[in-house]
Amino acid sequence: MLLEIDSLDVRYGRNHALQNLSLQIDHGEIVTVLGANGAGKSSLLKAILGMVKPAAGQIRFDGADVDRWTVPKRVRNGLALVPEGRQILTSLTVHENLLMGAYPRRDVRAADIDAIYQRFSNLAARRDMSASVLSGGEQQMLAIGRALLSKPVLMMLDEPSLGLSPLLVQELFSLLQQLNTDGLSLLLVEQNTNMALKVASRGYILELGRVVLQGPAVALAADEQLQSAYLGE
Amino acid sequence: MSGYLSAQLSILCLNIIIAYAIFLPAASGQLNLGAGGFAIIGGYLGGWLNSDFDGLGLAMQLSIPLAALATAAIAFLLSFPILRTRGVYMVLATFAFAEVVAGIVLNLEVVGGAAGFPVDGHADLSVLAPICVMVVVSCFLLMSTRFGLAMRSVHDDENVASLFGVNVHWVRVAAFTLGGLLGGLYGALYGHQYNYIEVQNWNVMFSIYVLLYVLLGGTQSPFGPLLGALFFTVVPELLRSFGAAVGSELIADGRFAIFGALIVLMMAFRPEGIVTRTMLERLMGRGAREKGAT
Repeated sequence: MLLEIDSLDVRYGRNHALQNLSLQIDHGEIVTVLGANGAGKSSLLKAILGMVKPAAGQIRFDGADVDRWTVPKRVRNGLALVPEGRQILTSLTVHENLLMGAYPRRDVRAADIDAIYQRFSNLAARRDMSASVLSGGEQQMLAIGRALLSKPVLMMLDEPSLGLSPLLVQELFSLLQQLNTDGLSLLLVEQNTNMALKVASRGYILELGRVVLQGPAVALAADEQLQSAYLGE
Repeated sequence: MSGYLSAQLSILCLNIIIAYAIFLPAASGQLNLGAGGFAIIGGYLGGWLNSDFDGLGLAMQLSIPLAALATAAIAFLLSFPILRTRGVYMVLATFAFAEVVAGIVLNLEVVGGAAGFPVDGHADLSVLAPICVMVVVSCFLLMSTRFGLAMRSVHDDENVASLFGVNVHWVRVAAFTLGGLLGGLYGALYGHQYNYIEVQNWNVMFSIYVLLYVLLGGTQSPFGPLLGALFFTVVPELLRSFGAAVGSELIADGRFAIFGALIVLMMAFRPEGIVTRTMLERLMGRGAREKGAT
């Protein structure tokens, strides 16, 4: 197993964001976590990266117990997050945003950055412009390129399709599949359930911080009761 | 060089140094109104270390760097409580720090209290100018390193910066401490330049002016404080000589009113400061930036 989460509890004061949540991701897998707003999806990603401290439970990554690791240490060891709303640093240039992605690693070479530019030619054309001039789709590419530069083993994406046109969503998901084929494992948090279940091998459905359903993506996609209850079909 | 010119250049050098002392924290998102506090600590420590009669009688070559380092150490310790505050509360906290320092020194008989303190060793322009150039060059270099990038990312968005493994707290502490180092350096140099210091030199108006140098110059690029300090030092003097040349008392005597109006105009038209990164991009084009980036 690449990532093993065992009975994780996250609380904000008296508010239970995650309760007794267990989740596994295998090497090379795409796993999606679905659920309505407030289900605890973002809290889960933050807990995995170490940005919030769990009240209980265990997180193992690549065989190591990461509970006491800081965020930088987790990033250096192959965890990366593409945050919700992309979170581009707008007063920095496109290139500097990419350099930020490489920040946790000291072994990043110019060739690594060039590879990102080759993948995203739009970014190459705007490399020295302020990142604030990018369109929503380009910002998402920058956020992904930035995360790729930390050379992750597991990339977590928090609602990457948010605010993108249907065409761009298609492009985004084929990019994610391509990255997966190249060996990257993905944890995909999405509201766009149809697309997410199409690319993922397994899925978890969260409700109020608990896993209410899990299984192979095909089975979840075919489950009519689920579709009507949680996924709004 | 005329006495007037070298005096003006000395003031300019000093103002540039103190501008960078406040720029470094500002570039990582801190509004520091404590310039006066650092200047007092550096000035009095430098003077006391140098003084034969009251202090240790060290040579200027030692008293100035030691004063700067000691101020940095104090800034480092203070950064922990002060950096718990953000935004306008940080302005208040740093302001309070400067007032407390002034209050303490005013009551320290060993450095003369309210009577001020004479400083023995004299640092003229030939000392100030090279140090000023060194400060400017090191700040430019610093801003082009990994650490400079981290500072700017913290300025933009602390949460995102921490996503990339930037140790946000440490970056803020380091920026504040480096600011203290330069503030102490400024104070010590000032004392040795004028050979007499008093707490009133570094009252709250001083701290406000320095913060204005930086905010009006621009916090996005290390050119900002340079231009800000230049503007604040040179424009009032130019207005004075211009007023004298055209024989207008209105301009000569009212120069600070005109200057104030200029500041308001600049805030209205260039809220990000005189020097912005977009402007630098236009000026320098792509090639120059590319070299710096990789």
